[in-house]
Amino acid sequence: MSPHISFRGVTKRFPVKGTEFTAVDGIDLDVARGEFLVLVGPSGCGKSTLLDLLGGLTSPSEGEILLDGTPITGPGLDRGIVFQQYALLPWRTAQGNVEFGLEATGVPRRQRAERAAEFLNLVGLSGFEDRHPHQLSGGMRQRVAIARSLAYDPAVLLMDEPFAALDAQTRESLQDELVRIWQRTGKTIVFITHAIDEAVLLGQRVAVLTSRPGRVKEVVPIDLGDRLSTDDPRSSPEFARYRHRIWDLLHDEVTRAQQLEKEVVGT
Amino acid sequence: MTALLEARPATRTTPVAVRPQRTRRALDALLTGAGKTVAIAALLVVWEVAPRLGLVDATFLPPFSTVLGAWWDLLVSGQLLENTRASLVRSLSGFGLAVAGAVPLGLLIGWYKPVSTVLGPLLEVFRNTAALALLPVFVLLLGIGETSKIAIVFYACTWPILLNTISAVGGVDPTLLRLAKSMNLGGFRLFQKVILPAAVPTVFTGIRLAGAVSILVLVAAEMIGAKAGLGYLINASQYNFAIPQMYAGIITISAIGVLFNQLLVALERRFTSWRVPVGA
Repeated sequence: MSPHISFRGVTKRFPVKGTEFTAVDGIDLDVARGEFLVLVGPSGCGKSTLLDLLGGLTSPSEGEILLDGTPITGPGLDRGIVFQQYALLPWRTAQGNVEFGLEATGVPRRQRAERAAEFLNLVGLSGFEDRHPHQLSGGMRQRVAIARSLAYDPAVLLMDEPFAALDAQTRESLQDELVRIWQRTGKTIVFITHAIDEAVLLGQRVAVLTSRPGRVKEVVPIDLGDRLSTDDPRSSPEFARYRHRIWDLLHDEVTRAQQLEKEVVGT
Repeated sequence: MTALLEARPATRTTPVAVRPQRTRRALDALLTGAGKTVAIAALLVVWEVAPRLGLVDATFLPPFSTVLGAWWDLLVSGQLLENTRASLVRSLSGFGLAVAGAVPLGLLIGWYKPVSTVLGPLLEVFRNTAALALLPVFVLLLGIGETSKIAIVFYACTWPILLNTISAVGGVDPTLLRLAKSMNLGGFRLFQKVILPAAVPTVFTGIRLAGAVSILVLVAAEMIGAKAGLGYLINASQYNFAIPQMYAGIITISAIGVLFNQLLVALERRFTSWRVPVGA
């Protein structure tokens, strides 16, 4: 089967004060349909740049990204982005925020309310339809954002460190919930994080990126069985083994990233 | 607020915890209400007692009760209403025109970045030119009739609304713009669904400022050249040495100012009820 998403020699450079800064360099990566792929890397490795490219918010300097065999040329509703800062419209209720995506796709008004309620139910927020974002906790806000992205039925879900701003307990429960939602909806998910535990728990494959410029260092396939049927997958020996493997791969990169950062601040 | 609702949707605050909190809140409101009244009452008591005890010259600061008497006489004779009407018509016309003109203009300027870059310095100059300094110009161009007074109020009200509207558009949360972009929301719909609602609170701040400005500038304009209006009443009373009437005019102006502001605050609350309540 042809890959759902395919990066072909993707390079992105930004002009910075007269010189050029290479954010990502020669990325080659395939994502299968319905796969859960996690991109993990040190800060400043161009993770978010990759996601912007996938979302069509910027275009690559070299190479191309294919979605179902067609190059991505701009943003589109076939990809839904979940942002770290939730990006909820504060003047709309939870329901209204989910409907926002449906309005963009032109779903008739009657069906919108029904669909929004259905997806709020999917993320476990039934009964909170009329709350405004400021009346919801961080975890609940991110649930609304996930419901919004799922409701207009994109083929791919792009998630940019969506749980980074949450406390540990909320994060764990949302991770489990995301796996459940992924299994139920069968979406292709590209998930960005800097947390190793999160990468191992969620990903079917974890792509480890190098720091500045971002390249794919190694892609680690993860096999933990069905994560939801295991009681506490985070404490199994295999989990620890995968965790250590990725930690190893990342360790040098983190050190290098810190060194680079010092140099940048120093100049 | 957010802390009350925990991660798992199932947990809600128990009614037991809410009850005593509510009574305490009511008590708090009562206390702050009383506190606010106390300050004003104290001022009025001082106003009443100080002239009577001879601490200040009663000719220049008559006791509050005398002023109230004069106010009542003005009301009964119909003078007060007539002057108030004249002032309100002018200030509301100028204010209304400013809202109608400056909000759309501000949205436009804020939306087109190059326009705001070009016009920015010019707007800054106008904003920092005291409106009243231009009153002679308005009188020269438009005469001393109603037109020049409405025009000066319109002019003075325009700046706070315009500048706040421009910065409101510029200050829309960039993640929301990214979201809209990722959803391919373009042009008009982006404006209607994201920028406009996000701008409302800041625009209202400008409108509220303009409300205060409209009265301030009008009274000053009426003092300089008018045959009616509260500014005229205050000034004419002072010329004729009708000091209690002068103070009656002043307290009327301040009451109108407070009422107008309260009205705008209530409107603002209504339109921005979704905002995080700030110390309400």
